[in-house]
Amino acid sequence: MFEDEKIKQIKCSKDKWEENCYLKLIKKHPERKESFRNLSDTQIKEIYTPEDIENLDYIKNMGFPGGYPFLRGVHSTMYRGRLWTMRQFAGFGSAEETNKRYKYLLDHGETGLSVAFDYPTLYGYDTDHPLSRGEFGKCGVAISSLQDMEILFSGIPIDKVTTSMTINGPAAIVWGFYIANAENRGISKDVIGGTIQNDILKEYIAQKSFIFPPEPSMRLIVDTFEYGFKHVPRWNTISISGYHIREAGSTAIQELAFTLGDGIEYVKWAVKRGLDIDKFAPRLSFFFNAHNDFFEEIAKYRAARRIWAKEMKNLGAKKDRSLLMRFHTQTAGCSLTAQQPEINIARVTMQALAAVLGGTQSLHTNSMDEALALPSEKAVRIALRTQQIIAEESGVPNTIDPLGGSYYIEWLTDKMEEETYRYFDKVERHGGVIPAIEKGFFQREIAEAAYRYQKEIDDDKRTIVGVNRYKTDEEITIPILKMDEKGEHRQINRLNKLRKERNKAKYESNLKKLKKAAQGKENLMPYILNCVHSYATLGETCGVLREVFGEYEEPSIF
Amino acid sequence: MSELDSKVLKGDIRAIARMITLIENNDSVAIDAMKNIHKKSGKAHVIGITGVMGSGKSSLIFELAYQYRKRGKKVGIIAVDPTSPFSGGAILGDRVRMMELATDDNVFIRSMGTQGMLGGLASSVFDVVEIFDASGMDIILIETVGVGQAEVDIVKIADTTIVVLVPGLGDSIQTIKAGLMEIADIFVVNKSDKSGVEQVVVEIESMLEISSKSDRKIPIILTSTKKNQGILELLNEIENHRIYLKKGKKLEEKRKKRYETELTEIIRKRLMSLIFDESKFKDKVDRLIDQISKKELDPYSAADEILGKILK
Amino acid sequence: MDRKIRVLVAKPGLDGHDRGAKIVARALRDAGMEVIYSGLHQTAEQIVKTAIQEDVEVIGLSLLSGAHMTLFVDVANMLKEKHIDDVLIVGGGIIPEEDVPRLKKAGIAGVFGPGTPVEEIVDFIKMNVKR
Repeated sequence: MFEDEKIKQIKCSKDKWEENCYLKLIKKHPERKESFRNLSDTQIKEIYTPEDIENLDYIKNMGFPGGYPFLRGVHSTMYRGRLWTMRQFAGFGSAEETNKRYKYLLDHGETGLSVAFDYPTLYGYDTDHPLSRGEFGKCGVAISSLQDMEILFSGIPIDKVTTSMTINGPAAIVWGFYIANAENRGISKDVIGGTIQNDILKEYIAQKSFIFPPEPSMRLIVDTFEYGFKHVPRWNTISISGYHIREAGSTAIQELAFTLGDGIEYVKWAVKRGLDIDKFAPRLSFFFNAHNDFFEEIAKYRAARRIWAKEMKNLGAKKDRSLLMRFHTQTAGCSLTAQQPEINIARVTMQALAAVLGGTQSLHTNSMDEALALPSEKAVRIALRTQQIIAEESGVPNTIDPLGGSYYIEWLTDKMEEETYRYFDKVERHGGVIPAIEKGFFQREIAEAAYRYQKEIDDDKRTIVGVNRYKTDEEITIPILKMDEKGEHRQINRLNKLRKERNKAKYESNLKKLKKAAQGKENLMPYILNCVHSYATLGETCGVLREVFGEYEEPSIF
Repeated sequence: MSELDSKVLKGDIRAIARMITLIENNDSVAIDAMKNIHKKSGKAHVIGITGVMGSGKSSLIFELAYQYRKRGKKVGIIAVDPTSPFSGGAILGDRVRMMELATDDNVFIRSMGTQGMLGGLASSVFDVVEIFDASGMDIILIETVGVGQAEVDIVKIADTTIVVLVPGLGDSIQTIKAGLMEIADIFVVNKSDKSGVEQVVVEIESMLEISSKSDRKIPIILTSTKKNQGILELLNEIENHRIYLKKGKKLEEKRKKRYETELTEIIRKRLMSLIFDESKFKDKVDRLIDQISKKELDPYSAADEILGKILK
Repeated sequence: MDRKIRVLVAKPGLDGHDRGAKIVARALRDAGMEVIYSGLHQTAEQIVKTAIQEDVEVIGLSLLSGAHMTLFVDVANMLKEKHIDDVLIVGGGIIPEEDVPRLKKAGIAGVFGPGTPVEEIVDFIKMNVKR
């Protein structure tokens, strides 16, 4: 990007500056730390100059938004055309309670819905299963049947607003609930839009809400890809996630590398099945974390776009739409503190800004009380307002990729890309993603990073405001969300009634057909939809798959 | 406490657990109780399972235990994991694989650290085996660490030693520590649903051809806990080996070897404790170490001094 | 040699977030304790039976899904039923301040929420273990 002669001059000037100014000052007043390292342990220099990006070729390496390699953005107009979707993850208690929260959020200006399910639902158990004891509605909404889904979206225009559902193990079934509900409301499959997370690889790696072993899980996922592009064309059938990997303690580089690695693995499986990459790839989406190190996060998103575009080309994609790394971002839950919870608003603002400067397509901002409980109405409203302030008052969305060309940002973007490819190689040497999972490679990397991070905090080498510095003794006085105590009872009654009133012969026969199909190679979505329409519950449908596929046991890694 | 041994002999779970803790800590009352325990032990079949890390030993043990339970046997499992040489602590995580058995009252799972003894296998494992045995367990499964000396030591305590290998771990048999390959009464190639199984089998067979000294053909069993294959075969071979040992004097010889090692361990533990723990000698030892560092004394002469004092 | 403290670290219920539990397990090991890690998805029965077999002095429960009032209390109650009174129970995770008094009443001696330095947990155990 710069002429050799100019670079030489700059290098000369820099050396002079270092000698005469920088090092001189350090002698008198040493810097705050001996070495400045970011959260991925990359050493950060005091200043970056054209020298640091002298080999960067604007046309080849940076390009323009909406064009290869998509470094500067996936669309040509980005936020000048349309702001990111403000999509707040929400869900608790019974479907009725959550339905109210969704209406509240939509009233206050959110532009997309996002469903959080409770643990029993995430594991494919009905509310009255013995393992569901104590867990109903605690960290998300309980959905045990199509009926619950009907209540969840009652009065909400799902033909006009898109819905993201954070569900993995039983994703195909819960998606079935959503599709069936739309169909029952006269809304056709090719109109509804949304996302199912449906990313089982990161469950094995980080979040641990897996059910079945890898092979059958991947089969189910490819089934959804296929069903999706054929019948539900506006639906993103996967949200390849790094958020959870980061929350489990990984560094930003690991988050980047492991997520994209998972993505490549999904594509390989789908291609192996014979699916046309240009048909399903446009509906692959991603989900990243927005953590504290402001510039590292921005570089991370940019690097992700460029790497994905490159890799998809390598895998044979021909259309531009197949090369797009479209992503949702959530600000880092693990960075929020229980101490002085109000200051979390400042953290979230910074993290949200990083996501916007990184070009996210949709964004969830955490509420200040995340470390204490599920968000109260006021707290989630403030979180939403934070996004609206960035959108309307900061001026940031008015030009595309404003940090492009920054010496630091471009250098850091390149560095993160380099490190990501190093991880790709490591995983290859382990035999690929799934062998690496079984050997515990990712889990070990994450556990190490998590432990290092905690040690730094405990040893006072890393400051967390309010936790190991700037502490106060004040009592925490913000209101905590209270859930309806009668919700669980209501849910169980509803389930019992449903089980009595439905057509026994129909749902039993549908479950039998699902079992047979699961033992074979057919696409399971149509069978799942039939079970769903005949009001088989989540637990019953998932139970059939558990029988056929078995359950996964993870390696013990510390 | 004096009822400890009678409770253990009755199979009282808490008493067994408590006794193990006490004996690990050299409690004198427990040591006393061991006298009765030892008298009543000897019935159980002790099976040692060792092998490289990642070979799926824990899952294999779970499957074996499950099958033994189906046959009405009482099972004791000792899961040994490495103790950190720096902190003295340990993360004992083998149980994770076996938690489905946690609620079966006829399965007792105890996790132990290697305690950093240079011998590898925790010396109290011998005690635990006797305690399990005397309390009425029919089968005792011992899982050891996949690194270090411990896996070779297991042969000194187990009646049947099983060495578990897996295909494709990158280690060719040749690089696996000598000794590990020689102690096996039964070889298991686990995760046999993966590719590379034949290669492992061939390598084991060729090694057996060269070095095998026994009159018995050492079986190689292919297992896959994922596909539930080979477990019954393995059980069969274990039973065959038990019968083989009973013939002639082989079991007695093995047991003699175990008691010899156990006695040696107890003596060594006491001696070391005497020298390094009790202050009478500890100060002397510290001073000697100082002298050795200052090159005023050599280690052999120092040893002479200490031993001389003890033998007095 | 001082008797090592044996601790059972368990995650009751369906919550799979084990980052904290694993870090605490490591820290306890580094402090010289023997840590039995029983893994995810444990029922109260599995936890209590494990605690008995392993003769632990401490049970550490980790839960981030909000089900602590049911599941932690289940463990404490089961221990009481079996007349086991020499085990220290501590808990961690996402536990609102207002739930802590009830947990303590039920027998959870220490509750360690987000931001607790790991040393604090180690020290608490060392000081409160029932010997």
